[in-house]
Formats: sequence, structure tokens, C-alpha cells
Amino acid sequence: MNATRRGILTAVPIIGAGVLGVGFWRMLSDMRSGAFDPRAIKNPNVGKPIPSFAMPGLPGLGDGFTDAELRAQHRPVLVNFFASWCIPCVAEMPGLRAISRNMPIWGIAYEDKPENAAGFVQRDGSPYARVASDRHGRVAIDWGVTGVPESFLVAPGGRIIWHGSAALDPQIYEAEIRPRLAGL
Amino acid sequence: MFGPEQGHFALALACVLALVQFAVPLWGANRRDARLVGLAPYLAVSQLIALGYSFLCLVMCAVSDDFSVQNVAANSAVSKPLLYKITGVWGNHEGSVLLWTLILAVCGGAVSLFGRNLPDILRGRVLAILGGVSAGFQMFCLLTSDPFDRVFPAPMDGQGMNPLLQDPGLAFHPPILYTGYVGFAVPFAFAVAALIEGRVDAAWGRWVRPWAVAAWCFLTCGIALGSWWSYYVLGWGGYWFWDPVENASLIPWLTGTALVHSAIVVEKREGLKIWTVLLAIATFSFSLSGTFLVRSGILNSVHAFANDPARGVFILALLAIVIGGSLALFAWRAPSLTSTGLFSPISREGSLVLNNILLCSICAVVVTGTMYPPFMQLLAGRTISVGKPFFDAATIPLTLPLLLAMGVGTALPWKRAQLARTFSHLYAAAGIAAIGLVLCFWKLSGVLPIACGALAIWVIAASASDVLRRIGIGHTSAQGVWERMKHLPRSSWGAALAHIGAGITVLGLCGMSQAQHAIVEVHIGETRSLAGDDWTLLDVHDYIGPNYKAMQADIAIRHNGKLVTILHPEKRDFTTQSQTTTEVAIHTNFITDLYGVVGDRHGTGKDTTYVLRLHRNPLAPWMWLGGLVMAIGGAFSLSDRRMRIGAPKRAAARNMARA
Repeated sequence: MNATRRGILTAVPIIGAGVLGVGFWRMLSDMRSGAFDPRAIKNPNVGKPIPSFAMPGLPGLGDGFTDAELRAQHRPVLVNFFASWCIPCVAEMPGLRAISRNMPIWGIAYEDKPENAAGFVQRDGSPYARVASDRHGRVAIDWGVTGVPESFLVAPGGRIIWHGSAALDPQIYEAEIRPRLAGL
Repeated sequence: MFGPEQGHFALALACVLALVQFAVPLWGANRRDARLVGLAPYLAVSQLIALGYSFLCLVMCAVSDDFSVQNVAANSAVSKPLLYKITGVWGNHEGSVLLWTLILAVCGGAVSLFGRNLPDILRGRVLAILGGVSAGFQMFCLLTSDPFDRVFPAPMDGQGMNPLLQDPGLAFHPPILYTGYVGFAVPFAFAVAALIEGRVDAAWGRWVRPWAVAAWCFLTCGIALGSWWSYYVLGWGGYWFWDPVENASLIPWLTGTALVHSAIVVEKREGLKIWTVLLAIATFSFSLSGTFLVRSGILNSVHAFANDPARGVFILALLAIVIGGSLALFAWRAPSLTSTGLFSPISREGSLVLNNILLCSICAVVVTGTMYPPFMQLLAGRTISVGKPFFDAATIPLTLPLLLAMGVGTALPWKRAQLARTFSHLYAAAGIAAIGLVLCFWKLSGVLPIACGALAIWVIAASASDVLRRIGIGHTSAQGVWERMKHLPRSSWGAALAHIGAGITVLGLCGMSQAQHAIVEVHIGETRSLAGDDWTLLDVHDYIGPNYKAMQADIAIRHNGKLVTILHPEKRDFTTQSQTTTEVAIHTNFITDLYGVVGDRHGTGKDTTYVLRLHRNPLAPWMWLGGLVMAIGGAFSLSDRRMRIGAPKRAAARNMARA
């Protein structure tokens, strides 16, 4: 029995390391071919109309918004899910502020205490034209959000035409979002 | 004399020397050729000199603004202060890899110089393993991330450095952290050498422990310093974000802490041998993997290194050789290591086993939480993020029994303890902990903070009372106490200090769980209150710094009408990098931090308002103070004569005879 225990103790580490190693190698080789992007997420809602929702606002940042208001816009809107507890969201803020000079961004605070989210948004200047609170993440489920930050480009009339799961910056805006705006 | 080409050549020379250092002693040890084995220390020291010269060349390139060197051009600028020109050398990927290998070479040099009491064969093998790892990383440096790459034509000025990194705390954080990471290469090399030799005994435990303790001290300091930096530079009021990069340093710290403890059992009881060898391998493997993961771009993190999958493939191959090789050797040779110890669960060694189980469970949780997102994406194509709620919920319940056992463990004797007798020593500590519990109920809210706080007080009281009992306070004369104090081994003092440090850190964490903050928008002259203090914005003025424009606020804090302090937080705009940083203002009395941040200016004229973030952070300094006390405890036990002298000569002679 002792021998079995030793066998397990000695075999488990190498098997574990092997599994991790193979996984890492797959990730790296897929990253090089572009098949694996640690920051990318596929969303099934692209090309479909936005789901219906109504959300309250954050303290000190005005009222929330509803799907009807979003649909009624005459310009494309970038909808951005964020949270104060999310580190990439901190990194994303300067990029969002830069993009907000070109188009309106509507923010949705995902599973966040309203006071925390409000503080986060106001920390260095808000990039959002409007902000709403999705306190329990119900709206995010309908949108197919799997984490934060995620962003959706919504065309006038309320159709989702693009989805991004990376922290946005002006490069992504130029490469992915701006060309799509031209087609609207 | 100290140009980039000389540096490049010295790096290549060091790489060759490291390869020889790897091959010759191993071959010599196999052939039982004492002369070949005896070359190892000389090779290690030569490698260190070559690499030190190479590093000095890179520093000189940065100091003399040689922008023909790509690395200097990309990360430095003429206007950068001298201190940051020097420390900026390791503030980027290439330079930090060079620093990494330099520290590894320093470890090899230290084993050569301070390891004279080791048997020659063992020392030769240890140095060979260190040489092999060195050679691998120097090759990585030369082939994929050459710090001496040139650009032509050379630019007139460099691109400058991220202003966030221009901070004394961060300047010295990487060397200390790397010394911790890399220092665990020595226990690793000892473990591999022992596996090759097929023997682990008490003497081995005694040799390996000082190296593990030294590395552990540096890693502890490095983590504390990094956390302190994020607290006062990022201006976010937080101190630990469970970010993959932070986890990458926490994981080896957890296994390293387990190693430091399990090596005691090898030394005193000749037990846990296989386990200790595995921990030594695992700790260094986690250090290496952390370096790899951060630089390959697999993990999402705010700490962005230049991510390059090609580099990742090289490091992964290197890891496969180092980690895979050592684990394969372990699987092959470890079953032949025999254990002699018989364990009773209620004994010092029993409590050390419990410590190891709990530390490794916490480690497993952190590894799972860190690796889950990329593997989930690879296997299921789904992206998820694992954050603070998971880590807090999963680690804190494991920390509670760990703290409880920490207090009991040092009071237990080896082999077989009588619970009743042990507990009779702990009445006083239990009493203090009970008072602490009442205090925690009064001051803290939440079940976990109260439990952690009371247990932290328990750890501190039990560790202190254990030392007091050993030096005979209360039942010996003053003269006798002094005599006993002199004769109590320093490792006992060190252990008590380190445990007290851990208690202080946990108290700090409990205090921070009660932190309060408010985000307010105020006019000049307006007052807001936060947790009993009145914060008044007195004035805001602009000024021009060396390479930035700043907005400075004066915030007076009054408590019951009495002025406590005036804080001067700033917001700085670095024009060349178009980056904004916040300079946090902190007033501390070592019980509470008052922490102020100034944000945006809104409106004009009389309607101008300013956004301020006000934090009241109870016991915040204790978190880092505790880390420092832990490291001092480790250093204290390093100065123990038993650690320095090593095993009795008899054991050494026996080893020589066997070799």
C-alpha cells in the first residue's frame, strides 16, 4: 500500500505538469495562428436585435436607460459592460475616454454595488454618455455577456452589429468599429 | 570599456561558462573525478563575473544615454533622473531577463563561496544544476530578447519611461522579488542533486534550509513591497487584486513557506523526505512558470509585458526541460528514498504536516483560480473571469485552521506530545485571544474578519508566550532569564518573530476589511465627513514639474474640531507620454491611514468643483509591517549558528566515504 501511495505521489506531479504543459503549448501555437486569443469571446447575439431591459441609474450619474431608449437613437451607440472590481476595466478607461470623443458610449455596471460603480466611473472622468446599473447581472445574461469588460456596437433601431471582449482602445476602434460605422 | 558590444560578448561568454559549469561537474561526479568536480566553484564564480560585467555594461549604456541600443532608446530618455536611468534597466522585458540570470549567477557564486562545508560531490552537482538553468535563460536572453540589440540610425532621444514606474518603491521591487523567485533555484538544485545521488538525510535538510529561508525572506519582502506600491501609487485604495501576476508571486510563496517548514522535519526527524524534495522542485517550478505565463500573454493581466508568443514558445521549451526533467527524475528516483520517521498526529512534526497540507491547499486554490480562465477558454471556448469573490471565499476558510495551528504548533514537542500539558502552556495566550475576540466583536463587523482578527491575536500571543516560557519568565531569576535568553537558539526567536509577523499582517488585512471610503464632489472650502473625520478642501493650485503639469489640492482633516493633518494629493499630466497619474497623499499614525486622492475638476469660476476620493484605512500599514517582521524573523533564524555551521562533521565524513 505504501508503494502505491508513493507511486501516486511521484506520478501525479509529472502528469499534472504534463497536462499544463500541453495546454500551454496548444494555447501558444493557437495564439500564433490566431485561433486562440485569450481576450476574445464569441457572442451569439451579433446580428440580432437587442434584448429588452430597463435598468436604474447610478447615484449622481442620472437615470438609467431602457431598450426602447437605446433603439430610438439615431446614431450608433457603443454599449460597454464594466465593473469596478474588474482590473481590465481599469485599464480600459483611458481608451474609452478617447473613443467617447468620436461616438457615444453607454455604460452598464455589471454585478456591482451602485456606489462602487459610480465612484469608479467618476474616478478620472466618465467616458459614458449614459450609465445604468445591472446590479445582479440579469441584463448581462440576456446580452450574452460572459465577463467584463465587453462591448457591443448597436446600430440605430437596436441591432447588435459588433461585439468585442477585449479592453477597448483607439486601435481597436480604428480597426474594428469605425469601418462598421461607415456602412450604417 | 563598458560598451554594448562588450556587454553582449560577456553575456555570450557567461552562457558558455554556464554550459561548462553544467556539464563538467556532472560528468566528473559520475566518474568520481575530484578534479573535475572541484572545477565547479571556479566556473560558477567566473560565470558570475562575466555576467556581472555584462549587466554593468547595460547599466552604463543607460546612464550614458547610448540610444544606439534599442532597449535604452525604447525605455529611457535624456531628461530621466539618474536613479531611474539605472533602475529602468530592469523595468523592461530584456533587462529584467538579464537581471534574472544575474541573480541566478549570484546564487551560484554564493553556493561556491558559502557552501564550503558541503561535500564536494554534492556541491558540484548543485552548481551544475544551477549552471544548466543559467545557461538556458542566458540563451533565451541572447536568442529572443537581446538587451544589447542596436538600432541604426540611433535616435536623438529615447521614448522615455512609463511615469507610473518612476517610483523608488517600484525601482527596487523587481530585484528583491526576483531574488526571492530565483533564490528557490538553490533548494531546487539541492533537490535534483539529492535525487541524482539517491539520498536525502538530516544533513541534506540542514543544508537546504538556509537557502530556502533566505529566498523566502526576499520573496516575502518582494510581495509586500509590490502590494505597498499598488496601494500608494495606483491610488485605488486597494492592496491586492488577485491579478495573475500577483498570484504568480503568491503561489511560490505558499509552497516556499511549506518547504521552509517541511525541511525542519527532514532535519530533525528524517521524515517527509520525498515531500520536501517535491516541494523544492515545485516551488522553483512555480517561480519559473510565473515568469513564463506573465511574458507569454496567455494570462490577462494589467501588468503588461511585451507579449510575444514566439518568446513564449522558447520559455515553454525551457520549462519543459527544467520542470519536466526534474519531475521525471523525481518519479524515477523518489520511490527509493526511505523514510524513517514514525509520526504521531499530536506532535511538532504532526503540526508541521498540517501546516503543509493547509498551505498546499491554499496554493491549489490559487493555482486553480489563476489557470481556470485560460483552460476554460481552450477546452470549452468560453471566456470567464475569476476574481476576488472566489479567492476570498476559498482561501479564508483554509487560513483559519492554519492560524489556529500556528499558535499550537511551536508549543508542541517533537515525537509525542501530551495535549493537556501543551494546553497548560497556552492558557495565557488563549486568555489574550479571548480578550482579542471581544475587542474584534467591538471593532470589526463580519464573521470572517472577527474570526481572523481573534486568531491573529492568538498567533501573536501564543508565539510570544512560547518564547517567554522558554526563557523562563515567571519561574526563573532575572539572571537565569538572561542566561536562557542567550542560549535560546536564534531559530526559535526567528520562528516566533515570523509567526508574530504573520499575525500582524492578518490583523492588517482584517483592519482593511473595515476600510471606509467616499467619493465626493466639493467646492473649495466645503467640508465632508467620513467616519468621524471632517475633510475640508482648502485650496487647489496648479504647478509645473520637471516633466509634468500638476494639480495639487490641500485637504485639511479635523477630528472633533482638532486639526489632524493637511494632505496634498496631486494629479499629474505627463505630456510626452500623454498619461495621467495620481499622487496619493497618505497620513498615517500606524493605526489608521487617511488616504486622499484628487480627481477631476468640473465647471469654471465660482462653480468649480473637484472630485475627491477619501479613504479611511484602519491598520493598513500593518499588512506590510507584518511582511517585514516575517522577513526579519527569517533573517534572524538564518543567523543561527546551527544553520551556518551546517551538519556535524561526522555526517559530512560519512557522505564523503559513501561518495
